[in-house]
Amino acid sequence: MSKEHDRGMTVIVKTVTRLTVGLIFLYGIYIVLHGHLTPGGGFAGGVIIALSFMNLDLAFGGKISAKIFSKGSTGVVEALGAVMFLALALIGLRYGGFFDNFLHPDGDPGQLVSAGIIPLENIAISLKVGAGLFGIFLTIIVLQKFESEKK
Amino acid sequence: MDAYMPYVLCMILFCIGIYAILAKRNIIKIILGVVIAEYAVNLFLVLAAYKVGGRSPIFSETQIILPESMVDPLPHALVLTSIVIGLATTAFLIALAIRLYGKYGTFDITRMRELRG
Amino acid sequence: MTELYVLLGLMIAGAIIAIEVKNLLSAVVAVGIVGLGLSIIFLLLKAPDVALTQIVVEIAAVILLIRATLHREIAQKSCGTRPFGAIMGILFLGLAVIAALVTFSSGLSPFGEPLMTVSEFYPLNAIAGTGATNVVSSIILDYRAYDTLGEATVLFTAVIGVLTVMRSVGKKKEEDLQENNE
Repeated sequence: MSKEHDRGMTVIVKTVTRLTVGLIFLYGIYIVLHGHLTPGGGFAGGVIIALSFMNLDLAFGGKISAKIFSKGSTGVVEALGAVMFLALALIGLRYGGFFDNFLHPDGDPGQLVSAGIIPLENIAISLKVGAGLFGIFLTIIVLQKFESEKK
Repeated sequence: MDAYMPYVLCMILFCIGIYAILAKRNIIKIILGVVIAEYAVNLFLVLAAYKVGGRSPIFSETQIILPESMVDPLPHALVLTSIVIGLATTAFLIALAIRLYGKYGTFDITRMRELRG
Repeated sequence: MTELYVLLGLMIAGAIIAIEVKNLLSAVVAVGIVGLGLSIIFLLLKAPDVALTQIVVEIAAVILLIRATLHREIAQKSCGTRPFGAIMGILFLGLAVIAALVTFSSGLSPFGEPLMTVSEFYPLNAIAGTGATNVVSSIILDYRAYDTLGEATVLFTAVIGVLTVMRSVGKKKEEDLQENNE
């Protein structure tokens, strides 16, 4: 157990990370959900969500987020985002064309529930970008550990 | 020529990136050159979209914003896509560099040929 | 637009430092300067979506680059230049200057006056057509969603590439470990 405490950075970094990482995660979700109203959207929000997990990994030494997310589950989440995006595009075929905005008449412009399928597509893109980026990050960290352990 | 000055500075940045790709021997420096050239291209597209006195392409509920006063939103959308693709390709280049380091024990691309085997 | 020129000068200085400095870690940090300056320039040019994405992506890229260069004794070693490559680089620079002169003298519209013949459509019709108040979001996810689909494909391919390149090492070492255990 003491070995676990030795991993990662100093106590200051760990405490600050514990306090702020939830806020960073929440900010990412806010950016994704308000992507059709304010600056941001699926790309930026997905990367922010991935960065909150990276923050945990860097501060605590790479063992914490492995309990939440393994390398396989990032692939599953990424594929889920891709399938969701494609499914939204294919449902549009029923209403007039690929990527047709079939939910458009619901909601007034400027409200959170508006703009048809754009918020749903934002969520799909954020899942895809965030999980893909975090998978890349995990892979590079895992390999580096392997090397250092061997030496 | 004064009207084209930002474009000229942007082109200088692109040339620095291309010089690093062509002339450097360290593979990390080559990756940095790719990153800098990519930033310069993104910057050029957004510079071409700017309108003097324009507003951000976002409508507001409380304020009346004329669509004619907005800057060009199309290059912004293209650059947004390009930035994320750039990150993915950079990550792939880094993975290749780490693998090459594991195989040859160096980042120098001229010594990688000699150590084959 | 004085601040634009100041930031562009800072970016060029950061790029030159990143290319010419000996220590690889310093070079990565200098590229961080270039990316953050680029983010502020996007904000000045009224592109808040792009600025937000750029600053976040820059942080992630610097983290990955530092991961690649940290803990390596080679990071201190100087990196020379290839003479042939340097000559080719200077040749390319000359060609770029000629191409820029031709472009500036003939076609390109000056800075601050964009050629909005096609993209005039998007701000005029975004609210009525899609209901999204963010015009950029309505373009990337409604009018030009095929672009985003292609981007998703490229990202997927890059992730698969990284996983493949990294996995072969892990698998080989795992086999070695198993053989040693046996």
